[in-house]
Amino acid sequence: MNTATKPADAPAIGSMSDNYPDKNGHFGIYGGSFIAETLMDPVSELQEAYEHYRKDPEFIAEFEWELKNFVGRPNPLYHARRWSDEGEGAQIWLKREDLNHTGAHKINNTVGQALLARRMGKKRIIAETGAGQHGVATATVCARWGMECIVYMGEEDIVRQAPNVFRMKLLGAEVVPVISGSKTLKDALNEAMRDWVGNVDDTFYIIGTAAGPHPYPTMVRDFNSVIGREIKMQSMEHMGKLPDMVVACVGGGSNAIGAFHPFLDDKDVRLVGVEAGGDGLETGRHAAPLSAGKPGVLHGNRTYLMEDDDGQIIETHSVSAGLDYPGVGPEHAWLKDIGRCEYVAATDTEALDATHKLCRIEGIIPALESAHALAYAAKIAPDMSPDINIVVNLSGRGDKDINTLADIAGITL
Amino acid sequence: MSQRRIAKRFAAAGESKLLIPYITAGDPDLETTLALMHTLVKAGADVIELGIPFSDPMADGPVIQAACERALKNKVSLVQVMETVKRFRETDNDTAVVLMGYMNPVERLGYAKFAELAAQAGVDGVLTVDMPPEEAAELVEELSSRELDCVFLLSPTTPDARMQQVFNMASGYIYYVSLKGVTGAANLDTDAVATKVEHIKSQTSIPVAVGFGIRDAASAAAISQAADGVVVGSVLVSIVGEHGQDKDTMHKTLFDMVNGMRLAMDDIQVTA
Ligand SMILES: Cc1ncc(COP(=O)(O)O)c(C=O)c1O
Repeated sequence: MNTATKPADAPAIGSMSDNYPDKNGHFGIYGGSFIAETLMDPVSELQEAYEHYRKDPEFIAEFEWELKNFVGRPNPLYHARRWSDEGEGAQIWLKREDLNHTGAHKINNTVGQALLARRMGKKRIIAETGAGQHGVATATVCARWGMECIVYMGEEDIVRQAPNVFRMKLLGAEVVPVISGSKTLKDALNEAMRDWVGNVDDTFYIIGTAAGPHPYPTMVRDFNSVIGREIKMQSMEHMGKLPDMVVACVGGGSNAIGAFHPFLDDKDVRLVGVEAGGDGLETGRHAAPLSAGKPGVLHGNRTYLMEDDDGQIIETHSVSAGLDYPGVGPEHAWLKDIGRCEYVAATDTEALDATHKLCRIEGIIPALESAHALAYAAKIAPDMSPDINIVVNLSGRGDKDINTLADIAGITL
Repeated sequence: MSQRRIAKRFAAAGESKLLIPYITAGDPDLETTLALMHTLVKAGADVIELGIPFSDPMADGPVIQAACERALKNKVSLVQVMETVKRFRETDNDTAVVLMGYMNPVERLGYAKFAELAAQAGVDGVLTVDMPPEEAAELVEELSSRELDCVFLLSPTTPDARMQQVFNMASGYIYYVSLKGVTGAANLDTDAVATKVEHIKSQTSIPVAVGFGIRDAASAAAISQAADGVVVGSVLVSIVGEHGQDKDTMHKTLFDMVNGMRLAMDDIQVTA
């Protein structure tokens, strides 16, 4: 791919390294479709539909139109000069996904999947959400196209992310509290799967991250790859070359894979995913399966998981609801094993420090999720030469987190 | 190798149909599970499906979810479940036992080790809900080489083309999921099930058991007219959940429910 092409000329969906996954959705030993029999048929219907539409020029054109006119893309690649200068090291650039409509990268994927649902004639949309960003992005596209919208959300997350719950309701969605298990994102995913099994005929499940059974990890990656393509083009524009490093936070892995994927063949670009280190990897209280988990099977795919010795999924801990997930997209598992991407963790404290710093010296309130990527960049940049360029994917804005931040500061809003 | 237990039960059943109750192992503890297994046999069970508790039972409704949570409070593990089967075998060598659960505990233990321990314990078959035939080759290989049956699901949404794939891998019996939904759902349509089971049976000689949505003697009897076996789960698990403190009532209520199904199923066979 010519890195200097305009986005309009670039293939919109499914750009590079298209040899992965294999036709059954395997990335090496990871991925696949580990689902109950009742879901096999709707999932293969989805596989066929996606395989068809990802190559359909009309579909691609409509997707691009929506990204431009509804989402507001391209968003800027912004040089965080004060932060860079203060560190006296590498240059830090922010890919401003926070400036998208609804305030995060999640909308890239929901627009894509909603367009697919429309073409497949499905009128009832379900989704799971953790931070509420994917729920809001799903409620938004459902309102945009007049589709019924049901969002499953862990009871604990409903409390942590109250503003987003209200936004979803304003947009006409029904928010269903999930009270099973740990009452967070993984349980919301279980509940959405259960809904889908019972309503396969008319329901489209918009999964919010690059996990789930094939084709979700691929499809969510493709819809988010616009992030990496824009980073490429904008880097050429601003730096005259590709960046040295792209850093993104990893929950289920959708913003990271979207930012990384167009760079996979550019071996000189380091790709670093930052997981939620919670109280610290050594405490066991975190949400960092790639850093400290083991391969297993959950939510339709084989990947790295946080589990105990009996193969039970264990509770995760992170200050950011959107990273509080015990699994990770299978493509990341594979990219870790083959050594193409690096995965590290940032603790709650490091992420909170980075949040406050970005607010104060750049005038941007980042999502707590994105702050994990920032924290890692902040840690390594000062030791690097000023002609090194690090792109941090600022996956979302932090307005949704003000209650959490206030709580931590002991302030009642 | 002598004939496998599941096949033997089907062969011996004659006109009668197999009754296959499900309970979650370790709910509320493994001692109770062992005792309940014997009660199920007395009530007329031919095969016992023993649920392996899992933290994220995605295909199960609230009743079995709660059972898993109760079992996991005591950290009941897959290895312990198999040890319980071994103890059951000390006094029962005829009732078939099928382990039913999700993939991850099996992945964690390792396929070969799991198959080995299961065979040693006297397990007869394995059904992993989130392992469709497309992903199952390796596990089926490990299980089959130890004479363990691999039970697979078919559902109302399974197209004919995929059915063949399931027949190629399945042994013991095929588990036809009677409805689109999770365990414990209530929208059972007996006529539709009968039509579908007939369609399945026209293509395979493997026995077909039907489960999901069977909650009383009447529905068990109705389904048994079409199927080779009847699987009953949530209604039994809710009895266990309800009488957790009172073991005598638990056993008696469970016995009455299962035996009522047994009698109703056999009656229908006689009058039909
Ligand atoms: C702003 C933001 N960034 C990142 C994530 C994590 O998800 P993913 O790893 O799929 O990008 C979320 C999830 O809710 C989010 O809201």
